[in-house]
Amino acid sequence: MNQREKEEYLREYGILKSQGKPFFPYAVAKDAAMACVVMACIITMSLVLGAELGSKANPTTTTYVPRPEWYFFFLFEVLRVVKPPSLVPLATIGVPTLGMILLFLLPFYDRSPERRPERRPIATITGIVVIAAMAFLTYSGANAGSPTAIEMATPPAVLKAGGTTLATYEAGKLAVAQTGCLACHKIGENGNDGPGPQLTHIGARLPRQGIARTLVNPTAPMPSFRNLPPQKFNAVVEFLSQLK
Amino acid sequence: MPKLPAPPVPAPLKAPPARPGEGNGKVAPVDHGRNAGVAVVDWVDERTSLSGGARWLMFRKVPKGTNWFYTLGSATMFAFLSQAVTGVFLAMYYRPDPSGGAYESIRHVTNEVFLGQFVRGMHKWGSSVMVILVFLHMGRTFFFGAYKYPRELNWVIGVVLLILTMLMSFTGYLLPFDQRAYWATIVGTNINGTGPLLGPYLSDFLRAGPEFGATTLSRFYAIHMLLVPGAIAALIGAHLYLVTKLGTTAPPWLKAEKDPELRKAEA
Repeated sequence: MNQREKEEYLREYGILKSQGKPFFPYAVAKDAAMACVVMACIITMSLVLGAELGSKANPTTTTYVPRPEWYFFFLFEVLRVVKPPSLVPLATIGVPTLGMILLFLLPFYDRSPERRPERRPIATITGIVVIAAMAFLTYSGANAGSPTAIEMATPPAVLKAGGTTLATYEAGKLAVAQTGCLACHKIGENGNDGPGPQLTHIGARLPRQGIARTLVNPTAPMPSFRNLPPQKFNAVVEFLSQLK
Repeated sequence: MPKLPAPPVPAPLKAPPARPGEGNGKVAPVDHGRNAGVAVVDWVDERTSLSGGARWLMFRKVPKGTNWFYTLGSATMFAFLSQAVTGVFLAMYYRPDPSGGAYESIRHVTNEVFLGQFVRGMHKWGSSVMVILVFLHMGRTFFFGAYKYPRELNWVIGVVLLILTMLMSFTGYLLPFDQRAYWATIVGTNINGTGPLLGPYLSDFLRAGPEFGATTLSRFYAIHMLLVPGAIAALIGAHLYLVTKLGTTAPPWLKAEKDPELRKAEA
């Protein structure tokens, strides 16, 4: 905005303001009505939804699926979708930081005097797209599993066999994800590459008994999994031996 | 003594002026009582000169066309006040002790204290309401172009308030110290740690060390109930000062009609 546009705006605004009503009591009455609506909302939510308290925090559990508060779901979803480790910092901090900087500087790069939404198509469309993207990410974050879940195609042989084979495979996939294997092993696009070896094709390199033996009696620093419940243990072995 | 301005009360509610000859110039004790409120306000005003500021804040004009969209900001502030009040009551019972005391105190509030679950529910859901209102208020400001000249600085303060609100909900989430709180915070601080340059330092600061330890909880508690609310209250003050000084915007589609006097002069 140049000096002429600034003065024009201030003159225009001065006229509109002089034609308005006093803040007290007119605007105050509206604000008070809105405050009552907000209070009613909060009280209703508190009465209907309550305040649940989960079980006590236990730092030693490895099976708990962490979930943030709903307004961080969009960030959580970005973290879940972006798997390559080199891109993770970019996605989790880069995108939000960039968004925040753009938000901060908005009045300094959008300097046109126009204020009507329909005459500022770029700003209006950008705003709507950002809101839609955040709503979509929040929605899919709300319906997603944990960020430690394994996402990979089920091998056709297992799909064909169906029945218990498929069920054990799925149970094993979940158990592997929840037992913390991904902290040191990479499976497909999931988990960290190292310090442990990649497990993407472990079924082709080790026989089923070999996998079971390694799980019970591993090389340090890998912990032993002999204390897993037998059903879960078998599921893990079954899943790993299908990775060919 | 300076006289206070008459408040803009609608005409039917105004007290009729005294008839001439009524009371014969004597002041009845009832009138003394009736004027007690005004006398007290006058006494305070004589020593503080606050009435000018109050008049500046309350009797300013809001532009033509001001509608319900313009209540979102004050609604956000009201949600913050509600959070502050319920938060004070929760702080009366809370113990930031990670070795069981924190969880136990929240369990005590939820299950045993009179109206405890209700107040904790208000605080918990009030945070969601506040976040929604902050975003609605920001959306209104964005789509109406209200961040433009001369209100750029107020937009910047608003963005800082948005970040502080998110920080409030992040630090508050840990305090009940149940499974969900603990693990969500672990994930949150780890996400912070992956950030460029400052990331690792920021998460070390939040955790009070390289690992989640005994002082982490009290650090989150101090940030949640002292540092951030203080900053939010101060910035709300600055935000309101600028709103009052610059005035709220008119809806962007509204064009000022020409001053009737000016039109007459042109004709």
